[in-house]
Amino acid sequence: MEEVSSIMKDLFSFLIFPGFIFTAAIGLVASWIDRKVTARVQWRVGPPWYQPLADLVKLSIKEITIPKNASKAVFLSAPLFGLSAAVLAATFIWQANIQAGSSGFTGDTVVVLYLLTLPAIALMLGSSASGNPLASLGVSREIKLMLAYELPFIISITVPIIKSSGLLRVTDLIAFQAMNGVFVSNVSGILAIIVAIFCMQAKLGLVPFDMAEAETEIMGGIYIEYSGILLAVLKLTKTIMMVALPVFLTSIFWGGFSAWKYVILLVVIILMRNTNPRVRIDQAIRFFWYRMTSLAIIAVLLAMLGF
Amino acid sequence: MSLKLKALTKSIWVYHMSTGSCNNCDIEILDLLTPRFDVERFGITLVGSIRHADAILVTGALNLKTIPRIKNIYDQAPKPCFVIAIGACACGQGIFAKGPNTPEPVDSILPVDAYIPGCPPKPEAMIAAIVKLIEKLRGKK
Repeated sequence: MEEVSSIMKDLFSFLIFPGFIFTAAIGLVASWIDRKVTARVQWRVGPPWYQPLADLVKLSIKEITIPKNASKAVFLSAPLFGLSAAVLAATFIWQANIQAGSSGFTGDTVVVLYLLTLPAIALMLGSSASGNPLASLGVSREIKLMLAYELPFIISITVPIIKSSGLLRVTDLIAFQAMNGVFVSNVSGILAIIVAIFCMQAKLGLVPFDMAEAETEIMGGIYIEYSGILLAVLKLTKTIMMVALPVFLTSIFWGGFSAWKYVILLVVIILMRNTNPRVRIDQAIRFFWYRMTSLAIIAVLLAMLGF
Repeated sequence: MSLKLKALTKSIWVYHMSTGSCNNCDIEILDLLTPRFDVERFGITLVGSIRHADAILVTGALNLKTIPRIKNIYDQAPKPCFVIAIGACACGQGIFAKGPNTPEPVDSILPVDAYIPGCPPKPEAMIAAIVKLIEKLRGKK
């Protein structure tokens, strides 16, 4: 009986609060803020508040088209795979913030890092299964971009772990910051969160790192063959990542989630996206491997020296 | 009116198909996205892939090269998908009515839902046509 109730509790936290529905609701509001601020920056009025929800409902009534050359099983299942990974990551991150000290397991920071990588991998699998040449071009760009941003992202995530002398649970990191002050008050923490914000932009696939999608150039790239509810699932995954990643960064660098910290990170993302043109893939790789990785290594060295 | 139909009328993603036009209509379509008209207020956005589209904007007089291509594009679109003919050429072939390589108008090949005449039509005319299309959708229910 106790096992059943604990399974029900886990299902509830995965599907409703703080998992799928809660995160999706926040993500839809965040993506509306994104579109509205973008419109205001461009001196336009922008869409009404329910626009992201209307898009999703509309996509869910559309026909699902499957290309003739597609590998059907992979093409159809990849979006669901990515969505469930993103929701699981979001659930872990929220749990660590809500039930401080009692949730999580040793090493859940590493698990969250893996889970945050899975949506991109699922998207690559699905769109390379579609058999479209432009999709495969988008996939090759996404793979290169992922190789570029994962290295500095993981190095920058090691900074809080070094500073807390080896804590690997997100709740422990939050508790450590509550005792000893947030990591962004140190030089090494500031450098690490700058690197992590750039990597977050690339993980979300937003301008200037949207060359895998590149609507004006390769017509949607990795999304090109997806239609109907599969496209809605992909959009939903993106909006959930838009919540999970900033909350993860505030948890491990900035002493835990709060609404104003999330809004600050969101505004940084939106302004970066509106004030930059798309970079080429070689420029992005050079940026992440040379500049951001060196910055992250400097941050790690400073953290080891105690700054 | 059902929720789904409301969502469809509130979020029309358009795909732009030029079938050999002189680019005048295409420039006027892009005007719709500028701050002066800003159709994103009504959830209308331009998409790059036909798989994401709810409406196809056809401009230009169809010629022999583009007829098989526009049939192909329409077959690839996920239904429900609407066709809007923009400009005198797409509506009734315009000055190309007797051209040797422009045999048919758009509506003899695709089911056209809205016609926007003009050479080129003003952005206001296009917005009026979209409003009429939405009213037609709501009336169907």
